[in-house]
Amino acid sequence: MRHFFTSVAVAALLTGPALADPSVEVMHFWTSGGEASALSVVRDKVVAEGVQWIDAPVAGGGGDQAKTALQARIAAGNPPAAMLMLGQNIIDWADEGLLGNVDALAKAEGWDAALPRAVQDFTKIGGHYVSVPTNVHRTDMISASKAAFGAIGADYPTSWAELNALAPKFLEAGIIPLAHGGQAWQEAYMFEAVAAGVGGADFYRRAFVDLDDATLRGDTMRAVFDQMATLRGMVDENAPGRDWNLATAMVINGQAAMQIMGDWAKGEFTNAGKLAGDDFACIPVPKDQGDAFVYLVNSLSLFAQTDPEQAKAQEVLASAIMDKGVQVGFNIAKGAIPARSDADLSALDACAQATAASLSSNDAGGGAVPTFAGTHAARAAVVGAATDVVTEFFNSDMTAAEATETLADAIADAI
Amino acid sequence: MAQHAPKVDFRTRLQEWIPKLVLSPSVAAMTVFVYGFIAFTVYLSFTGSKMLPRYDWIGFENYQKLWGLSSWWTAITNLGVFASLYIIICTVIGLGLAIFLDQKIRGEGMLRPIYLYPMALSFIVTGTAWKWILDPGIGIENTMHLWGWTSFEFNWIKDRNMAIYTVVIAAVWQTSGFVMSMFLAGLRGIDNEIVKAAQIDGASNWNLYRRIVIPLLRPAFLSSFVILAHLAVKSYDLIIALTGGGPGRATEVPATFMYSYTFTRNSMGIGAASAVIMLMTIAAIMTPYLYAELKESK
Repeated sequence: MRHFFTSVAVAALLTGPALADPSVEVMHFWTSGGEASALSVVRDKVVAEGVQWIDAPVAGGGGDQAKTALQARIAAGNPPAAMLMLGQNIIDWADEGLLGNVDALAKAEGWDAALPRAVQDFTKIGGHYVSVPTNVHRTDMISASKAAFGAIGADYPTSWAELNALAPKFLEAGIIPLAHGGQAWQEAYMFEAVAAGVGGADFYRRAFVDLDDATLRGDTMRAVFDQMATLRGMVDENAPGRDWNLATAMVINGQAAMQIMGDWAKGEFTNAGKLAGDDFACIPVPKDQGDAFVYLVNSLSLFAQTDPEQAKAQEVLASAIMDKGVQVGFNIAKGAIPARSDADLSALDACAQATAASLSSNDAGGGAVPTFAGTHAARAAVVGAATDVVTEFFNSDMTAAEATETLADAIADAI
Repeated sequence: MAQHAPKVDFRTRLQEWIPKLVLSPSVAAMTVFVYGFIAFTVYLSFTGSKMLPRYDWIGFENYQKLWGLSSWWTAITNLGVFASLYIIICTVIGLGLAIFLDQKIRGEGMLRPIYLYPMALSFIVTGTAWKWILDPGIGIENTMHLWGWTSFEFNWIKDRNMAIYTVVIAAVWQTSGFVMSMFLAGLRGIDNEIVKAAQIDGASNWNLYRRIVIPLLRPAFLSSFVILAHLAVKSYDLIIALTGGGPGRATEVPATFMYSYTFTRNSMGIGAASAVIMLMTIAAIMTPYLYAELKESK
């Protein structure tokens, strides 16, 4: 309610003729500790440039609530200056003709050279920079407990066969092989990580970006589901409904050996005072078909402005986000890697440095693929339909062959 | 009086107008925000709206798609299981509690609010509390194990075939006290003379309740049924807090389906269609009730 009044007050302020300061209203769902302090790095820079920062957070990690709030604001004809959004949503909003751009600034600052192609795919829509990237996450990651691997004297797995062979040893040692939070979205992220690992980047792109029916019904997809079924046997029976950070906590305290989850899980380790390399390891999921990198881009999308003053304030925001120092400071707090490929990484931890190196090699080699679960690869309707099937599969005794057909049917219906 | 009729004084006219003036804002607000938006939703369900409302008429396509979706059928089936068990169990427990409390027992004034209190909680609180109680790792099962009963097993909330019943448990816990109070009010409204007459005629307690009291409670049954039925159809927060629609999508209901299709999956047209189906379900329950009520009052 207080927020409502604030926005009304803000709206009144914006429409008033005598506007004192240029301002940017930023709508986002970064409300957790690390996320909020990351965003404050951007805010400090914007404020230092003399632009007022109006914070409009909508709690709810995945951003669903924020999106609902945004839809209401749009319907009321009162969009914020910038909004944190993901993947295909940016394209959808751009298609609705609601996003402005900062092409002039991008050209002056040479963004084309600074941003990997993977990032440009989700910020430069139809040749226009409608969105400004803050960071890149890697979703095909495993957080592994060093103590658990020490207990059975094993090395970190580099292939799925190795990973599967570890499970009985962990069980024998009384350790849960795989910490898992049984919520639909988490299973979707696990699924895409397995797909990239078992099938490789080309398969991933054909299946989830092109949504090619033959690939979706093919043997490789069945192998992906087979591997999912194997993973199903590695989780404890208490997993359904568990939040992802509780699953991470199981790895932190050594109760479980691994968690397949995006690199944001690292933040939980950092908050618990654990050191990358000493206490835990962040390793990419095994890749049986050549290297791949599943990425998720966070960016603030810019809504079209009619007032030139506000457009200028928006440019200040965009320039601040792209500042090399801000990119590094932001990502130290967020636990991701900078979107710019030319930022100085020496201040980041070992995990982030390895991830950044992997992104640049995969971006060059064609191994970088957009996240499916995070609605980069396909539209929300398709991802939702696929998630239904994946979570159904993971929580039942459906066979891999059955799941493959159901998935292909569901995706065909949703396209 | 007749000669005064043409020139009504200001005070009388004001008195006539005040109720209309006072009511008109709420009538206007209701017209727009309830009926207006119902009409808007019905319209949207016939359009190809995705992320934002669109106004292209596509006929019944959304309804065709909706009934072709397996997740919608899951939601409907779950609602059927949940609603029937919820209504029946709540009514039985509510009636039982009311009859027991009506035996002129000591401390009734203290007992009544105890049973009624769960209703004061929001479904989110109920859902979260029961999620912890039912969780095998921290709840009842764990407690029993700590007490030494290690073979005890109660993991319905993690079992896709049983999870919907945990929703029933939590919902029944929340509402049966409220149903009890409705029946209690009904019992208090029964004419004592009738009961005494029956007792003098030698009716046993069982027969007294079966043949006289319970039939006299018909209005209370009807109102509790209507309230429970619409609570069941619109149940959303309880599911979200308790199971989140899981395991898998084993506890998906039409309300959660509607939200996810409208807002997270950018399929506003299909979401609107499911909302219309829910509205029609509630209308199918409410209309006979209103009809019966209005007929009686004539």
